[in-house]
Amino acid sequence: MSKKTAAIDIAEATRLEMYRSQYRLREAEQRAFDLFLQNLVKGTSHLSLGQEAIAAGFATAMQPGDLTFCTYRGHAHTLARGVSVEKVLGELMSRDNGLMRGKGGSMHLTSVEHGVMGSYAIIGAHLCIACGAAWRAQYQGKSDVTTCFFGDGTTNIGAFHEALNFAVIWKLPVVFVCENNLYMEYTPIKDVTAVAQPAADRASAYGLERILIDGNDADVVYQTAQKAYARARAGEGPSLIECLTYRHSGHSRADPAKYRPKGELEKWKESDPVKTYRARLLAQGIKASVLDEIERVVKAEVDAAEVACKASPLPPDEIMFTDVYADGGCAWRN
Amino acid sequence: MDILMPQLGETVAEGTLSVWAKSVGDMVQPGDVLFEIETDKTSMEITATVAGKLVAIHVEKGKTVPVGTVVAVVAQDGETVSTTPPPAAPAPVAAPAVAPAPAPVAPPVARNPLNPVVTPAKNYGPARLSDGTNVSPLARRLASQGQVNLQQIKGTGPRGQILARDVEAAIAAGGSGQRTMAAGASAQSIIAQYANTPHEVVAVDTMRKTIARRLLESKQTVPHFYLSVPVLLDALNALRADANQAAVASGSDLKLSVTDFIIKALATAMARVPEANAVWAEDRILRFSQADIGVAVAIEGGLITPVLRNVDAKSLSAVSREMKSVVARARARKLQPAEYSGGSIAISNLGMYGVHEFSAIINPPQSAILAVGGASRVPVEAADGSVRFASQMMVTLSCDHRVIDGAVGAQLLSALKTAIENPVSLLI
Amino acid sequence: MAELTYRDAVARAIAQEMERDPDVVLLGEDVAKAGGVFKATVGLYEKFGPKRVRDTPISEQAFMGAAMGAAMTGLKPVVDLMFADFAAVCWDFFANEFPKSRYMTNGQVKVPLVIRLANGSARFGAQHCQSVENWCMMIPGLKVVVPSSPVDVVGLLAASIRDPDPVIFLEHKSLYAVKGEVPDGEIVDTLGTAKILRPGKDATILALALMVPRALAAAERLKAESGIDCEVIDVRSLLPLDTRTILESLSRTGHLFTVEENPRLCGWGAEVVSIVADEAFYDLDGPPVRITTPHIPLPPAELEDLLIPSVDRIVETVRRTLTA
Repeated sequence: MSKKTAAIDIAEATRLEMYRSQYRLREAEQRAFDLFLQNLVKGTSHLSLGQEAIAAGFATAMQPGDLTFCTYRGHAHTLARGVSVEKVLGELMSRDNGLMRGKGGSMHLTSVEHGVMGSYAIIGAHLCIACGAAWRAQYQGKSDVTTCFFGDGTTNIGAFHEALNFAVIWKLPVVFVCENNLYMEYTPIKDVTAVAQPAADRASAYGLERILIDGNDADVVYQTAQKAYARARAGEGPSLIECLTYRHSGHSRADPAKYRPKGELEKWKESDPVKTYRARLLAQGIKASVLDEIERVVKAEVDAAEVACKASPLPPDEIMFTDVYADGGCAWRN
Repeated sequence: MDILMPQLGETVAEGTLSVWAKSVGDMVQPGDVLFEIETDKTSMEITATVAGKLVAIHVEKGKTVPVGTVVAVVAQDGETVSTTPPPAAPAPVAAPAVAPAPAPVAPPVARNPLNPVVTPAKNYGPARLSDGTNVSPLARRLASQGQVNLQQIKGTGPRGQILARDVEAAIAAGGSGQRTMAAGASAQSIIAQYANTPHEVVAVDTMRKTIARRLLESKQTVPHFYLSVPVLLDALNALRADANQAAVASGSDLKLSVTDFIIKALATAMARVPEANAVWAEDRILRFSQADIGVAVAIEGGLITPVLRNVDAKSLSAVSREMKSVVARARARKLQPAEYSGGSIAISNLGMYGVHEFSAIINPPQSAILAVGGASRVPVEAADGSVRFASQMMVTLSCDHRVIDGAVGAQLLSALKTAIENPVSLLI
Repeated sequence: MAELTYRDAVARAIAQEMERDPDVVLLGEDVAKAGGVFKATVGLYEKFGPKRVRDTPISEQAFMGAAMGAAMTGLKPVVDLMFADFAAVCWDFFANEFPKSRYMTNGQVKVPLVIRLANGSARFGAQHCQSVENWCMMIPGLKVVVPSSPVDVVGLLAASIRDPDPVIFLEHKSLYAVKGEVPDGEIVDTLGTAKILRPGKDATILALALMVPRALAAAERLKAESGIDCEVIDVRSLLPLDTRTILESLSRTGHLFTVEENPRLCGWGAEVVSIVADEAFYDLDGPPVRITTPHIPLPPAELEDLLIPSVDRIVETVRRTLTA
């Protein structure tokens, strides 16, 4: 693992933005969990608590027009592209103010206007779909780059390998980001994978550079993302980046994660991306009051979102029968 | 703030509180483990989401409660909270702060997506006629729309099934049924047979046509069976004589006939055996709670069967008066159609002509007809074994087996016999 | 007016649409330089070049996904899956991805693409000759088009490419060599419309793809041999389904037959008969009868011929039902 030291060549405004983003993801996810405990989130949900540096680092490195594809664990990536906390929590709570007015739910957060092209709940598929979005950019001579986030478990499905081969032979402007949080659902990834690093150790099979980074260090993530994006925009093809991280909560809301060895969570919490990044900023001379203000503003957004979502009605019944087809409805016969 | 039993998975309805990590009075911070729960799927630690003091525990360790139950209360700084346990666990159905669904607007699709296929609102009758003939759905619709009687059509489809073409042919032929023509000899051949026999030609009037059509249909399509029973009349005759004498003495013109008593007795029997008070309506049976009884009245050129309504609720004298009025108007052909339609069971009394016993054809859509014979003196064995002579008449009930089974018909006759042989009950 | 084969009609339709819209692209295994395994895309690579007509690796998930990602972001991909049986290796896209994205995102994501499948019998055996139209029909959000003639291939494929929804376009392998008259100039048909190919008054016969010429031949024989006058309808589109044309025909004939190449259970005819039983019951003058391939895997070579509905089987079934 190329554990780099904190990069001081990142502009202060960018670093503050990455702190704001990570803190916001943490607060929003934590609030989602609180709402679940209040029985206000009825469907399933998969939280990214502990993995915020990856979403924040990549999103900060993206440019407007760049596209994000993520998995069912997609709240953080959606929020990191600028989607409001209210829209995300509203969707989780099946409210009319939700991002898709309740029709997609936690696993399918999508906001095309923010470049979030969808959260995909079938492992592997969206790597292939991301290839297509990147192909369109190449075809139309556009400079946007597509980023596809997925978990360590995805590296063992066929679509992962098909997509990597495809992206390489077509030299597509796509960046594949593996968030290795050590567990595929409930089983340690090392128990079910032929190689030690599920993504990085497969890169050479597709002629790609082996990239393995500390996914809990937003600066490292940001700089790695920038390099990959520059390569993609230069027409040099795809990248595969494995980010080491750790999931603070279970796989889904119903998983208490009892299968983890004792002490593992505590060890990883020492490198909690939000806490360590705050400490780093203070050490770099940023005033605590600046960070406090960022936190206050974020908290206010999350609080206001919760209030708005609780006040929002459920969507009207008719919405269930809309947008099956392009005519806006669901008619299958005349 | 109320701490709820969370829902650990979409299919989980309740949870067991396995461990309390805090006690009442403890201060808690966000992230502190409050308690642990177990469900059939998993176990999980539940953490505090706010800072404050744990002021109440409503669900003790080891208890199982529905999802959504308030298990504890944490008082945040400055918050006044109730520590009384709520009366019942709220069912986790509707989220709070949800406005009622707005009034439905027309969906943007032409069909109701919950029911995209529209079932016909009208049913065109059964697939199988009473004689077993099958009728195709289209033939049933065409027959209904063309007011063609399927009973009179001979099917030309597989296994004699009546098809659309058969109904169309019947309609083209002016609605006359092919079956009738095929079964009976033609008018010409009958006239030819009797050409040398002196005869008078009597025009067939409407009443005769109706009688011919209805009774032919009844005899051909209604599965008749017959039940006969002797009924002793001495008690009825004695009571009738007393009543009529009393009426004369009081200056009343009331004169009760045997038929009046039988009408009233049949009403009583129908009330006792309600299963028999019903008619066949092709795809269903209509069962009645009041006794509407038809009485066949011979009139010039034919007969008509006016219906007395709600007889079980009327006094014997009222029935008698109504009969006189109806018979008079029937003979004058002044009955309204409503007066001779409906009814479930009819009575035909030919006793006054000396007929001992006969069976009658059911007048559709009624389901039975009671044929009443004349009284005769017969030897009967008394309770002490001695023999004496008594007045007795034979009654025969023709039943539509589609509605009235043998045992039901027998029960009706038995109740009728009891009522006539104990006639005082008819006065009450 | 030109006489074209069914396979030439495929290339003609794609060329017509690629000329019209620069966002229309074609991808699949062997579609470019080789002109397609069934030679249905011959000449397109030469005409439109390697940027728009692209060969893919044997990675059905990759190129299905790529087509979807391109469709979501502005292109109009036409994908050649080759044998329809291969849909099973990328079924995630048919079942989960193409049809549901628009709904789940409340209309934000649109997936305007066409997946071409070479469907049906051609004596290759159980894994290369299935009729998968019933697999596709059961998924809300897809459109399913099944042409039977060269002119319909041109018009319906053009309409499918222009359609804003994901369209599964089922070409029949055994029809590729069939010739038919195709008018000159641009042809664009309407999806979701059945076509009465032979009017008749005694019975309605519904058919798709290869079963259409067989139903027409059976109708001629029934007329000549038994005086039974059958109306033959080419259903053409399973989703959306033109129930209006079907029910209107049945209301005139009173008898319904479906000729289906798919294995029997859950075939499209079962849905049609279900609608008829419910909605047009009192138009029926006899039982609706389905003529299908048996519910077994399909053996290859000559054995296949014994199982797919034949002209003889259609004639015999219709005659028995109407004259028994």
